[in-house]
Amino acid sequence: MISREEVRHVARLARLHLTDDEAERMREQLDAILAYIDKLRELDVEGVEPTAHAVPLVNVMRDDALAPCLPQEQALANAPDRADEFFRVPRIIED
Amino acid sequence: MVATVEPTGLTMHELTARYRRGEIAPTEATEAYFARIAERDPQVAAYLTLTREQALAAARAADARYRAGAPRGPLDGVPIAYKDVLCTEGIVTTCGSKILERFVPPYDATVVARLGAAGAVMLGKTNMDEFAMGSSTEHSAFRPTRNPWDLERVPGGSSGGSAAAVGAELAAAALGTDTGGSVRQPAAFCGVVGLKPTYGRISRYGLIAFASSLDHIGPLTRDVRDCALLLHAIAGVDPHDSTSVDEPVPDYPAMLEGGVRGLTLGVPREYFGSGLDPEVEAAVRAAIARLADLGAAIEEVSLPNTDYGLAVYYIVAPAEASSNLARYDGVKYGLRAPGGKDLIDMESRTRAAGFGAEVKRRIMLGTYALSAGYYDAYYGRAQKVRTLVRRDFEAAFARVDLLVAPTTPTAAFKHGDKADPLAMYLNDVFTVGGDLAGLPAMSVRCGFTAAGLPIGLQLMARPFDEARLLRAAHAYEQSTDWLARRPTLA
Repeated sequence: MISREEVRHVARLARLHLTDDEAERMREQLDAILAYIDKLRELDVEGVEPTAHAVPLVNVMRDDALAPCLPQEQALANAPDRADEFFRVPRIIED
Repeated sequence: MVATVEPTGLTMHELTARYRRGEIAPTEATEAYFARIAERDPQVAAYLTLTREQALAAARAADARYRAGAPRGPLDGVPIAYKDVLCTEGIVTTCGSKILERFVPPYDATVVARLGAAGAVMLGKTNMDEFAMGSSTEHSAFRPTRNPWDLERVPGGSSGGSAAAVGAELAAAALGTDTGGSVRQPAAFCGVVGLKPTYGRISRYGLIAFASSLDHIGPLTRDVRDCALLLHAIAGVDPHDSTSVDEPVPDYPAMLEGGVRGLTLGVPREYFGSGLDPEVEAAVRAAIARLADLGAAIEEVSLPNTDYGLAVYYIVAPAEASSNLARYDGVKYGLRAPGGKDLIDMESRTRAAGFGAEVKRRIMLGTYALSAGYYDAYYGRAQKVRTLVRRDFEAAFARVDLLVAPTTPTAAFKHGDKADPLAMYLNDVFTVGGDLAGLPAMSVRCGFTAAGLPIGLQLMARPFDEARLLRAAHAYEQSTDWLARRPTLA
């Protein structure tokens, strides 16, 4: 059983504001989904290698060559708020 | 008098044959599509954005090339649609989400750039479940899409807009994406051809990420030949995507003939258990019998971990999504909610306002599965069971050339029927295996229910064996007259 406190903790980690109603509904739904997922415990996975990726690709390398990248103006074009060449965010550090 | 066929009623290869003979020009076909969209899309709601101006400019350029006798190839002037998860330079790309409602990408996805270079004409961007999370397109933040065979039913998802556009003849073909079945399931529900190729076969540069070890791009088309044409145009390694694989791209359209004689087809017994609708089972069994008539050997096989695949998927996909979607923080692009008193508060308000219920649910599930104390029990275990699922397929493909099975347990369901999240998830039970193992898999029309809803036959192959997959699908399709049937809406 996932608790209300755990839901609150995970929501903080995920940067999601949840109302009390949303948190309770989320708790119930996550419980039901996790109960289904618990069937994975039936299997013996001792010694089984994990699969992170369907094809065996590792360390794809390329030459360290200079090439054009996204121009600054374009990179900033979708910003909700900006100041000169910066993304602007609410104050992080106190005066 | 010879009956004239509307250009919107043609496959891509039929349409370009008429272009080459000078019977119709790309601008005329493009105009015909926009006229049809204006008339029918208010009911279907396949599109989120139409790109009429750009389309007509591209079509005029194609006109000139045909007039000069120098078209660029088999896709020149073909009107197609893109799922709104694919970035299109200068054209808003929402991913079906409020958080990206006004996002204008600075570049094209590689698949969009390749099809543009081949002369394809983009009609617009299609509706989808938000961030491709869903199986009905009901999770779009904007509006639900309707099934062209029955407007009360869903088109499937998450590529429901693309499948409905092709099914309702509102595009000659479309691209979608498949993470747990999101090309094949809507293809089955809308009666079109849908292919999810091998992991790494098609570049994902410019595809807005959901679950990176599972996301695939794939074509949705009227017939198998069109599917081969589109795949051939977009497959291949891309320096912008380090997960694209440097394997030669065969000439798929040239390899369609040859039939199924000499092939052994495996029928996975776990795909025919309880939960499979009897009408779907009957149609799929009849299709397998037809493939046997055509000369294929049929053998029963077992994929014992099939049921566990769905549980693996609903850990791995949300876990990867929770990480991928961390980028929507109200800073670099997308929505920013007002009133945040500091950075974290602003981010938490933005994400609460910008994401819909299903996306929040998956972010929460994924964050939980990756959090301290639960990582080994959920994510670690799921990755190991993913290995068992993959081994099931390896063992089957040691004995048989292809697998044949239903694409979905049922035909299209009604809007609102799967309000419970878990009931919606169970719809993916036959498709997630192909994503977890990275195998090529496709859905083709194999009949109809008594109520007139299309049914999908799923074929699966070994990695990078798309040519054989398409050949078998083509042989089956050509031996039936299912394609003659058009939706009531058409």
